[in-house]
Parts: sequence; structure tokens; C-alpha cells
Amino acid sequence: MTTYLIRGGRPYGEEVADVLVRDGVIVALGPDAAAQVDGAVVVEAEGCVVLPGLVDLHTHLREPGREDAETIETGTRAAALGGFTAVHAMANTSPVADTAGVVEQVWRIGRDSGWVDVHPVGAVSVGLAGEHLAELGAMADSAAHVRVFSDDGKCVHDPVLMRRALEYVKAFDGVIAQHSQDPRLTEGSQMHEGEVSAQLGLAGWPSVAEEAIIARDVLLADHVGSRLHVCHLSTAGSVEIIRWAKARGIDVTAEATPHHLGLTDDLVRGYDPVFKVNPPLRTAADVEAVRAGVADGTIDIVATDHAPHTVEDKDCEWAAAAFGMTGLETALPVVQLTLVDPGRLSWRDVARTMSEAPARIGRVTDQGRPVAVGEPANLLVWDPRGTRVVDAAAQATMSTNSPFRGRELPGHTVATFLRGRPTVLDGRLVLAPTSHLQEEES
Amino acid sequence: MKHLLSTADLSRDEAVLILDTAAQMAATQERAIKKLPTLRGRTVVNLFYEDSTRTRISFETAAKRLSADVINFSAKGSSVSKGESLKDTALTLQAMGADAVVIRHPASGAPHTLATSGWTQGAVLNAGDGTHQHPTQALLDAYTMRCHLVGDSGTAEVTGRDLAGLRVAIVGDVLHSRVARSNVDLLHTLGADVTLVAPPTLLPVGIGPWPCRVSYDLDAVIADERPDAIMMLRVQRERMSNAGGGFFPSAVEYTRRYGLDGRRMARLPDHAIVMHPGPMNRGLEISATAADSPRAVIVEQVANGVAVRMAALYLLLAQETPGSTLQEDAR
Ligand SMILES: [Zn+2]
Repeated sequence: MTTYLIRGGRPYGEEVADVLVRDGVIVALGPDAAAQVDGAVVVEAEGCVVLPGLVDLHTHLREPGREDAETIETGTRAAALGGFTAVHAMANTSPVADTAGVVEQVWRIGRDSGWVDVHPVGAVSVGLAGEHLAELGAMADSAAHVRVFSDDGKCVHDPVLMRRALEYVKAFDGVIAQHSQDPRLTEGSQMHEGEVSAQLGLAGWPSVAEEAIIARDVLLADHVGSRLHVCHLSTAGSVEIIRWAKARGIDVTAEATPHHLGLTDDLVRGYDPVFKVNPPLRTAADVEAVRAGVADGTIDIVATDHAPHTVEDKDCEWAAAAFGMTGLETALPVVQLTLVDPGRLSWRDVARTMSEAPARIGRVTDQGRPVAVGEPANLLVWDPRGTRVVDAAAQATMSTNSPFRGRELPGHTVATFLRGRPTVLDGRLVLAPTSHLQEEES
Repeated sequence: MKHLLSTADLSRDEAVLILDTAAQMAATQERAIKKLPTLRGRTVVNLFYEDSTRTRISFETAAKRLSADVINFSAKGSSVSKGESLKDTALTLQAMGADAVVIRHPASGAPHTLATSGWTQGAVLNAGDGTHQHPTQALLDAYTMRCHLVGDSGTAEVTGRDLAGLRVAIVGDVLHSRVARSNVDLLHTLGADVTLVAPPTLLPVGIGPWPCRVSYDLDAVIADERPDAIMMLRVQRERMSNAGGGFFPSAVEYTRRYGLDGRRMARLPDHAIVMHPGPMNRGLEISATAADSPRAVIVEQVANGVAVRMAALYLLLAQETPGSTLQEDAR
């Protein structure tokens, strides 16, 4: 296997230290690494930040079922370009990932694609219908080794079902990742309920519909002593509830998306469905609260909620359009723009919120590891300098529904390493990862 | 003015120009031969995704009296319900050379999408979109108010005048009303003071910045604000049976608290006019006594609708035609 020397970069944006990668692990750091340049492929990383490969806890890869919007192959290419080395593939596929068979299929295709590790998320309820528990144990015991369960896209709104799910997954240290949305308060909802929705005449998605479910769920998790993960929280009130729950010692983790860190409901004024997402874009005050929540650790992770959609599902009037935005290839630029550049997160914090904590929540043991000798070489070399205009058509994701298209965002991926193999070099995909995989297995 | 999508886009001078132009149009409509050659050779498409015979006929009449070719395209009831079809339909209309598309659509923002998507080059007139806007309705309402309430009760010249100082109460289902939104924006621009009156369930969250007052008490508004015009909004009976127990407990309770009957009407100032965008639910938001009283201008609103829509089509289309002015055509 090739030896790579990542030269001149700064692990966690701190002291310059060369990183030597061989046989899938970090074998030397600093002067030690530099001394072994002979025979190594050098990746010039001067001015760059070296981070553990990013781990996304919330990705919609659409396969099986909507391969016209994204496939595991294209979605994981997008992930690699975004600096990720692992993604959690949400269960709302067709068929739904509610059996060991489907999660194993997704896991296998992901492994064969070879761009990032694909960890399937299992559905909580059969068919996401919110009625009967899916075979959570079978999915946990399958080759896919599922630990995160979610009906994402739908809320597990029945409090009894939610309670049972929280209790049941304790048997295998699983976590319920809740899409917090009271369905009755959001029937027909199109956007955040507030001043903009009042003016635009679009049915409102009130903050309380999210906050009420989160409040209920943290109390349920407390009662049964289980782990709860709150997906894509989007309101100031939700941040307050999580802060309160953590202060009480409740075992809850929370996530925010880049779009809820960067965009507000004002953007809906043009009725462009690229800004239609669930939960919806909120107000500037909510955005500020979510940023503060990430900065002070109330919100544990940033996850993309990458949700590709076909042109047909977005090139239409607002009400007819699908909810969702792509995000894998813009996640870190948005985090850099909204949190790092303003000085609210250090690069070490970025490693925590986008790699270490999501890996820990998902019980993924070989990701989100320190940049240290002996650790698996899942690495991102990130150049924070300069800006690029987002060109949705040029992205690796099959879909073009990026809410950041046309915007200038900072930073870019120089290289991504998955267990010592570059999936991205010089900012471009390293083609034929499958052959790498075979080499690895032989 | 390239499109007419929302009254919020209109300046005071643009709004007054439309009203003045409508007055000129109305004058031509009193003659035996009502047809003007202004839009000869131009094509106006009525693209209706919702049933609204009255609005469609009003636009159709307006376009025909300006000698435009009119195509009525009713998408309601066909298999057309998903978004892509709006795009495909628009591309088809564009290929057919539509100079203006008059669109009625159940989705808020659909006319905006049509106007900004590049699917059509023609002017887009919003004939009502979801619960967003219905600008020609607000314009005809303003026109009707100006006729009756400005310039010494309609006897003096009103050209160039706005609605400064008029007090208008708009009563009913504001939450679901595009008429209310369009009127609040336009009447404010024209200088009127607007008070919205509704049960709190039928007012949108986020109404704070609207340029109007809000009240839950119709009797208090009639007594304290002495409105010059009172506009009763249509209340759909199905709002009572919606999920969550409905927006109000019963039709009887709604009528008791927010309906305009003879008793309430009698407490309005003597000069006050009674308006309704139609179609009315007699006995719910307005009683027969009020609807058929001399101070009701509801039928007049309908007639004024044609003049206002002629004005809108004229201002959007005719001015692109060199050498064509209303004055010449109307001679
Ligand atoms: Zn979700």
C-alpha cells in the first residue's frame, strides 16, 4: 500500500505537524513523519487544516427507490468531496430500511462503492408508519451493525411507540434519532410560521411543533434511562430545551444542519423551492440561537440532512415542491463561514462536532478518532483559504437543489483519506476506489 | 410595470394611475359600442387552476373589450395537479405566443414562480394565488371606495386622488384571505387606515408588521373607529369542521360575533358603504338585509372589476405598442 506524507498541514488548525500514513493508519507525526519522506507520495498541505474525516449522522442517499435523485455511489462521492469518511444513510428509502435485508443491502453497496463508510440507519417503525416497531434487534445484529434508528422524514409521534423504541434499543446500545415534528400542528405546513409566512400566505410550520416533541422526548428518555438524539433542531426554543435537559443530566444529543446555521426564512420571499426544507428555515433570531448552541456545546453535532431531489420535484410552484436540500459538499464551508471564521468554533471544535461526536453517537468506533500515531487514517486535509462560488451542476451529487448555489463560500477539500487511501486528492475524486478496496481485501 | 403579482409591489403613483385608467375605461363602457381596438392582435390567456367563473368572466370581458384574443385554459379537474404541469403549460402558452397570462392558482406564489422562472415571456397577472394575493380585487375595491367616498361623495373630480384618511374595516377570515392581504397593502399605500377584525383563530401568526390595526371586536370597531367602508370577507363553512375542532365553534356564533346584520349596519356612519368580494354566504358573514341595502356596493364592485382589469391589461400590454395611447383609442 502506498505511503502518504501530508506535509506542512496543521492538525486541528494548531501546530504544524506532518502526518505519515501507511497501511491504513497514521504511523508518524511531526519531524518523525517528515524524516520518512522517501518513498512516500507527498500531499502538500501548507496552510491547510488536518482533521479527522468528517462523519455525517444524517444523509439521505435515496437508494433504493429514488435512484433518479441520488445513488449510494453518487452520494458517497459527494460525501468524500465534502471531506467525509462516513455517512449514516437515512431509512426513508423505498423499500424502507426497516429490515435486516434492506440495511445490509445499503451497507454492501456502500462498501462496494468505497468512497466513505456507509452506516445504514434503521427505521424505528415498520414502513415509517409510526405504528409497530420494526425489527430493531435484527438490524442491530445484521452485517450493517445498525445502532442509529430513525423514522426521519416522519416523527415518531405516538408517545407510547417512542417510549418503547427508546427502551428497546438499550439492549444493543442503540439510539433513537427523532425528527421532531408534531404532525397535527404541521398539517399542510409549507414554511416557518411567522411574519414571512403571514405575508406570503403559506401555511405555517410553528416552532412549537418541534419544541413540544423535543420536550416530551427528553422527558421520556429521562424516564426510561435511554439515549435520545434530536435531529436537525432549528429553533431558539429547541436549543433552550436541550440546554435544560443536559443540565438535568438527561442523555440527549442534538444536531444542527448547515442550512439552519446559515439561512433564514426571508429567503422564501421569492418562492424558490430550493429553500423549501423540513424543518423549515427559521428566523434570524433562531439562526443565532442555533449558532450559539453549537458554539457552547449544547448542540453536539452538525449534520447535513443532505436531501437530494430531482429537478422535477423542485422546478415547480412552492406548494408542489419536495422538502429538502443537498448539503454534503457545502457543509464544512458553511460551518467555516458561520462559526469558524467569526471565531465561535476552533478547528478542534469542528473535529468534535463534525467527526468525533457523530461517530460516538452512532457508535462507530473506527471513525472520529484523534489525529495521532496508531489511529486509523481517516483524514481530511482542508484548505480554509479563499472562496469558491457554489456550482450545483458541477457537484458530485446527482441533484442540484443546493440552497447555496451561486453563493461564495470559503474553504475547500484538498484531500480525503479513508483508512489510508485517498478518495480525494488535489480536490478531485480519486477514481476507481473499488480497485483499492480489492487491493485492501487481498 | 411588467407584471401584476402583488399590491405590495405597487407605489402610490402606480396604484393611482391604475385607478385613473380604470375610470377612463369605465367611461368608455357607458357608450353603446364598448369595444376598444387597443389590444387588437394581442393574446391573453386565462389560466385557471381553480374554479372561479366570476373572476374568469371578468378578465375575459375586460380583454375582449380591449379587442384582445382570449384563450381560456382551465386546468382544474384535469389530471394537472402536480407542479411540473404549470411549467409545461406555461411553455406551451409561450409557444402559442401569449402576451399576457392571467393566472388563478391554489398555490401561494405560483404567479410569482411563473413570472420569474423564465417559462413565459408574457406579462403575468395574478388573478388570485392561494392565500397570498388577489391584486385586481383590491384595486377594484379601492376604485369603488374612491368613487363613493373621495371628492365629496363622488360628485367631484377624483382623478389623481388616493384614499388618504379613509377608515376601512375588513372583517372575517383574514388567515385564508388573499383579498385581505391585497387590500391591506394597497389601502395602506393609498393612505387609508385599515382595521382587520376577526376571531384570533382566523388571523395569521406574524401579522405584527402589517400596516393596519387588528381587533377581535366588531362592535367596538364600528363604535370607535367609525369606518367609512366595511368589507365582509367570505367565510367558508368548512372552516368550522377543520382538524382541531375548526376555527370557530359554530356558524351561529360566528354570525353573532362577526356577521354584519341590519342591527350592526345601522350603527355605521350614514355615509359608510358595505362591501363584499363575493361570493357571499348570506346569513353567515352578511345578512340579506345588509347585502341588499342601499349602502351595499357589492354589485357595483363586480362592474368595476371589468374596468379595473381593462386598466391593468392596458397598462401591462398596450404601452409596449408604439403610438397606441388610451386617449387615441378611446376617441
Ligand atoms: Zn428530518
